[in-house]
Amino acid sequence: MSVTLDIRLKRANKVYHEGEVVAGVILLVCKEALQHHGISLSMEGLVNLQLSSKSVGVFEAFYNSVKPIQLISSNIEVAKAGKIPGGRTEIPFEFPLTTKGNKVLYETYHGVFVNIQYMLRCDMKRSLLAKDLSRSCEFIVHSQPQKAKVVRTPVSFTITPDTLQNSKERSTLPKFLVRGNLDATNCVISQPLTGEVVVENSDVPIKSIELQLVRVETCGCAEGYARDATEIQNIQIAEGDVCHGLPIPIYMVFPRLFICPTLETTNFKVEFEVNVVMMLHDDHLITENFPLKLCRV
Amino acid sequence: MAAVQWRSSGRSYDAELQRCRPEFAPVEFGDYHPLKAITVTDSKTRRGARKGSTSSSCSSSSSSVPPDPLSSLMDGTDPLSMFAAAETPAITHSVSAGDLGRKKREKEEEAVGADFEPWSLRRGEILARFTTTEKLSINLFMGSDRGKDPSPGSSAVSEKVRTRLEELDDLEEGSQRELLNLSQQDYANRIEELNQSLKEAWSSDQKVKALKIVIQCSKLLSDTSVIQFYPSKFVLITDILDTFGRLVFDRIWTMCSDPRTLPESFTVDDVNDTAKETCLNWFFKIASIRELLPRLYVEAAILKCNRFLNKSGIQETLPRLTAMIRGIGDPLVAAYARAYLCRVGIEVAPQLKDSLNRNFFDLLGSLRQISSESVQNQLVLQRVEVPEYLTLYSPAINWILQCIAYRAPEPLLMEMMERCKKLGNNALLLNSVMRAFRAEFVAARATDFIGMIKDCDEAGFPKHLLFGSLGRSVACADPPEPERLTILNEAWKVVTKVRSPQDYINCAEIWVEFTCRHFTKREVNTVLADIIKHMTPDRAFEDAYPQLQSVIRKVLTYFHDFSVLFSMERFLPFLDMFQKDSVRVEVCRSIMEVFIKHQVEPTRDPVILNAMLHICKTMHDSVNALTLEDEKRSLSLLIIGFIRMVSFGRDFEQQLSFCVEARASFCNLEAVLVQLIHTVNTLAMETSSVMRGSHSRKTAAFVRACAAYSFITVPSLSSIFSRLSLYLLSGQVALANQCLSQADAFLKAAVSLLPEVPRSISVEGKLRSSESFLLDFINNFLSTLLVVPDHPEHGVLYLVRGLLNMVQDYTWEESGDAKVRVYISALPLLAAMSQETYLYSIPKVDSNETLYGGDPKFLSEINKLCETLIGQVLDHLKTLGRDESARRQAAMAFSLFGVLLAHGDLRNNKLSQLFVNLWNLSHKHGHCETRVSVRTLEFLKHQSQQADMSHLSEAVQRLALQTRT
Repeated sequence: MSVTLDIRLKRANKVYHEGEVVAGVILLVCKEALQHHGISLSMEGLVNLQLSSKSVGVFEAFYNSVKPIQLISSNIEVAKAGKIPGGRTEIPFEFPLTTKGNKVLYETYHGVFVNIQYMLRCDMKRSLLAKDLSRSCEFIVHSQPQKAKVVRTPVSFTITPDTLQNSKERSTLPKFLVRGNLDATNCVISQPLTGEVVVENSDVPIKSIELQLVRVETCGCAEGYARDATEIQNIQIAEGDVCHGLPIPIYMVFPRLFICPTLETTNFKVEFEVNVVMMLHDDHLITENFPLKLCRV
Repeated sequence: MAAVQWRSSGRSYDAELQRCRPEFAPVEFGDYHPLKAITVTDSKTRRGARKGSTSSSCSSSSSSVPPDPLSSLMDGTDPLSMFAAAETPAITHSVSAGDLGRKKREKEEEAVGADFEPWSLRRGEILARFTTTEKLSINLFMGSDRGKDPSPGSSAVSEKVRTRLEELDDLEEGSQRELLNLSQQDYANRIEELNQSLKEAWSSDQKVKALKIVIQCSKLLSDTSVIQFYPSKFVLITDILDTFGRLVFDRIWTMCSDPRTLPESFTVDDVNDTAKETCLNWFFKIASIRELLPRLYVEAAILKCNRFLNKSGIQETLPRLTAMIRGIGDPLVAAYARAYLCRVGIEVAPQLKDSLNRNFFDLLGSLRQISSESVQNQLVLQRVEVPEYLTLYSPAINWILQCIAYRAPEPLLMEMMERCKKLGNNALLLNSVMRAFRAEFVAARATDFIGMIKDCDEAGFPKHLLFGSLGRSVACADPPEPERLTILNEAWKVVTKVRSPQDYINCAEIWVEFTCRHFTKREVNTVLADIIKHMTPDRAFEDAYPQLQSVIRKVLTYFHDFSVLFSMERFLPFLDMFQKDSVRVEVCRSIMEVFIKHQVEPTRDPVILNAMLHICKTMHDSVNALTLEDEKRSLSLLIIGFIRMVSFGRDFEQQLSFCVEARASFCNLEAVLVQLIHTVNTLAMETSSVMRGSHSRKTAAFVRACAAYSFITVPSLSSIFSRLSLYLLSGQVALANQCLSQADAFLKAAVSLLPEVPRSISVEGKLRSSESFLLDFINNFLSTLLVVPDHPEHGVLYLVRGLLNMVQDYTWEESGDAKVRVYISALPLLAAMSQETYLYSIPKVDSNETLYGGDPKFLSEINKLCETLIGQVLDHLKTLGRDESARRQAAMAFSLFGVLLAHGDLRNNKLSQLFVNLWNLSHKHGHCETRVSVRTLEFLKHQSQQADMSHLSEAVQRLALQTRT
C-alpha cells in the first residue's frame, strides 16, 4: 500500500516575509483508504552555527559546538487519528510568520559555518505495523526591506605592481596597469554587482580575470570568536589576452540562498567580499579585495 | 467454293465527291465554334487593365465564348493547394508543443523578411568552405570544473587504447572524455551525438545533464587549435546551442500553456508563477557558470526566454552580453561570439539594431588584436599564413554586417564605410562591407571602393578577394554609366596580375558577368583572351573547370546573338580549354541549349555554322558504346535543333552539301540522320515548288542528287521501321519530282526489306509484336502504289505482285489473320487501279491509267490477281471455320463483305452470290455487331435507290438480319 505525503506551498518561489502567512496544502495520495494515528505539522526557523577547526582548534570545535538558535517555532495538529479516504486528499494549512518577543527573523542563508534555515515538517503517525511518514520542506524567508535609502557610492581602483601589499615579490613582477571601478560596494541583493575593468597595459599577457565572491562568517563563542572566509562563486570576466584599453564589464548576479543581507548579531556575523583576481600568463595571481555591504530594498 | 470472278465496280470519283460533300456553312462572326480562336479573359490577373479601344473587339467575341474549360476547372483553389491548406491546421493540432515552438520560430524568422539571407543558408556554405585534414580533439569534462586536461603525450597508454577506454564511459557525472585523432567527419559526428544525447537527457528529465552538455560544448569554442576548422566548429556547436535554446523555451512555453495555449504575442502577464520561477532558475544557474565563454553562449542561447520574465529583458540583456564579449581575448573567438549574438538577436528581436551596431564597433576596436603577439605566436605554431587566417573571420564579419545592413538607412552604411576608412582601410573589413551591404549601394560607389582597395595593406588580405567581392556587387547592380569602363579597367588591372591560376579564375569568373552585362563583344573578347592566357600554362584549366564553365554560362546569358558570339575570336579557343570529355560535352550542350532557345531565324552565317558544327561534332564524338540511350536522345535533339535552324534560302545546293557534311559528322546518331533525310526530302519538295512543278535540267539533276542522298543514307539506319517509312517517304518525294527510276528503286528497296522485319520489336523498352506496325506500313505503301507507273521492263503490276509475294513468304504469326488482312486491303487498291481515271495522281507523272489506257488485258490481269486474293481469303475463312475461331471468321468475312460492297461490281451474279454468302457467314454464329449490320443494311437500301444501283435491292432482300434471341 503506497502513500505519498507532500507539502505544497502556495507561492511558487517559496519566498515569504515576516508578518506574512505561510500557506499551502498537505497533499496525500493513496490508492485505498488509510488509517493513521494523527497528522501534525510544524514550522521551525533555526540558525546553525559551527566552528571551523581551523580557527579555534580541533578540541574546541568538537566540544564547543554552538547550540542552534531558534528563531521561530510552532506546531499544529492537522488531523486527529482516523482514516483518510483513498485518492488525493488536500489539507490546507496556514502559519502566520510572526516572532515572539524581540526576536528577528533573519534571512535564509546557506553558508559553511552559519546556516539559517526555515523548515516545514509534516509527520503522520501510523500503527505499529506501518512506518511513520514524514516530509519536510524548506521555505525561504527574506528579511524586511531596509528602510534607509541605499546610496550607491562608486569605488574606483588602480592596480599596478606598486599598489600591491605583498612587497616581497614586487621586484619580480612584470609591469602592468589595470584601472577599474565598481559602481557600488553597498549592493542591493536583487541587483547584480556591476563595474568596469580596463587593462591599460601589461608586459605579460593576461590569462584570465575573475570575480571571486567570498563570504566571511564569524561565530562568537565563550573563548572568543572564529572568523572564516570561503569562496561562494567565481566568475570569469575575461579570458585570454584581452584588448588593452577596452573596458571590460564587471557583472555578477548574486546567487540565491548563498547570500543574504550583511548580518551582524551578538552571536555571529555574515559578511561578503568580492575579489578581482587577475591571472597572468606567467602564473602570477593578483588580487584586489573589496568588502561589500549587501542589503535588500 | 469455286473460284470467283472479280469485276471491279466502275467509280466516278467526282460525282461521288459531289454527292457526299456536305453543304458549306460559313460560320458567322460571334457564333460559337470549337476551333475558333478563344479569347480567354482572365479577370483575376488583369484586373482593371482592360480599358480603351483595344479591348472592344476582344470583349465582343469573348462574351459569347464559354469560359476556357481549363481555367474554369482551376476556378477557386486547385485541389492540391486546397489539400495543402487543409493539412496545415490538421498538423498543428496534432503536433507536440515542441514542434509548435519550432513553427513559431520559423514564423518569427519570416518576420525578418524574405530578403534576409537566413543563417541556414550560410551554415552549409561555411561547413563546405572551412575544412581541415588535421586531426581534431574533443575535450569534455562532465561534472565539476576542476582539473586540467592531462597532456596527451604524457600518458603511457597508447592514444588509441585510451580513446577506446574513454568511449566506454558515457556522459555520466564526473566522467571525463578526451577524444583524440578525430577526422573532421568524426568530429561532426561526435558533435551530432552530443546533440542527440542532449535531446535524450532533456526528454528523460535530466535537465542538469543537458545543461552540462551545453556548457561543455560551448567550452569547445574557446579552443582554437586547428584554427582552419574553427568556423565549421562554430557552426556545429551553435547548432547544439540552438537546440538547447529551443528546448528550454518550449518547456517553459508548455508550462504556461496549461489551460490554453499561450498566444503568439504573449506578454509577461500571461505567464504563470511556476513558469516564471523555472525560467528565473535557468538564468540564475547560467549566471553562475564559471567560464566566460559558456556563460555567454548559453545565456545567448536562451535569450528568447527573457520574454517570460519581463518586457525589457532582451533589450537589456543584449547590450550587456555585447559588452561581455570584450572579455574574450582571442579576436577570432570574440568575432564568432559576436556573430552568434547577432544571429540570436536578429532572430529574437529584429527591431533592436543598436546592439548590432555596438557589436560591430567593438569588433572594429578589437581588430588590432590580430596583430598582437599571442595571435601571431599561435599562427606560427599552427603554421597558418596571415591571409588564410584573415579569411577565417569573413563568415562572422559578413554575418554581422549583413544583420546591420539589412534594411538599414543609407547614412548608417555611409557611417560604416567611413569607419572602415578610418581604420586604415582594413582589407578584411572592406571585404565584408562589400559582401554584406546592398549591391546597389556598393555599385553606386564602386569607384570609391576601388580607391579604398588600392589603399589597402597588401600583406594581409589578398586583394583579388576584395575585387571578387566588388565584382559580385557590380554584377548584381549597375554602377553609374560613365564610371563603368574605368571600373572594369581598374579591376582587371589587378585581376590580371594575380599569380595563382586558381585565385585568378575565381576572381575573373566574377568579373566576366560585369563585363558581359555592360560591354560589347570587344571587351568580353579581351577578357576571354586574358583568361586563356592565364589558364593555359601548365594546363591550369584542368583544376578550374567549374569556374570556366560558369564563365561560359555567364557569357551565354548575356549574348544571345550567335553571330556576335562566334565573331569573338577567343570564344572557340576558350572552348578548347575544356579538355575533359564530360565537361566539354556539358559545355557544348549548354551552348546548344541557348542556341535552340534564342535563335529564332534560320541562319546561313558561315561563322555560326562552322562554330556550331564544331560544337555539335564535339557532342557527337562523345557518343560511344557506353553512352546511355537517354543521353543519345538528348544529344540528338540538340543537334537536330541546330540542323533545323540552318537554311541557305534559295541556295539549295549549298544546303544539300551542308547535309552531306552533317551526315559525315553525325553518323553515330540515328535520329540526326533521320532528320537529315527529312531535310533533304523537304529540300527536294521546295525545289519543286520553286520550279512550280516542272524541273529544268539543272533542278532535275539536283532533285536526283537529293534522292541519291536519301537512298544511300537510309540503309545506315538500324531501326527497320524508320528505314521502311523513309524509303516510302523518299519514294513519294522522288515520284513527286518525276524521278521515276529513283522512286522505283526506293519502293523496291522497301519491298525487299519487308522480309527482314522482325516479328517483335522493342517499343519504349517493351517487346511488342510488330504486326500492327507492319500492317500500317503496308496499307500506307499500297495507297502509294496506285500512282506508281509500271516499269516498262518488268511485268504488269510488278511492284504490287512483288509486295504480295513478300507478304505471302513473310513468316506471319501462326494464329494471326494479318496476311489475309493484307490481301483484303489489297483489293481496294486493285479495284482503284482498274478505274478509268484514278482517284488521285501526281502532276506530270503518268500513272498506269494513262499508260495502259484501260487496256482489257491489263484489267483482266488485275481481275485475275483479285480472284487469287479472294481465293486465298476464302481458303483462310474455311480453315477458321474448322477451328474454334468463329468470331475471327465472322470478322474477316465481314471485312471482305465490306470490300465487295465498296469495290466489287455486284451486278455480276457470282460476285453477288459471294456477297450474300459472306453476309450469312459473318452472321452465322451471331458474332456480328447488330448495330453495324443494321447500319450496313440501311446504307445498302439507300444505295439501291440511286441510279444504276437497282441491282443492289435484289441483294438486299437476300440479306437477312439475324435477330438475337
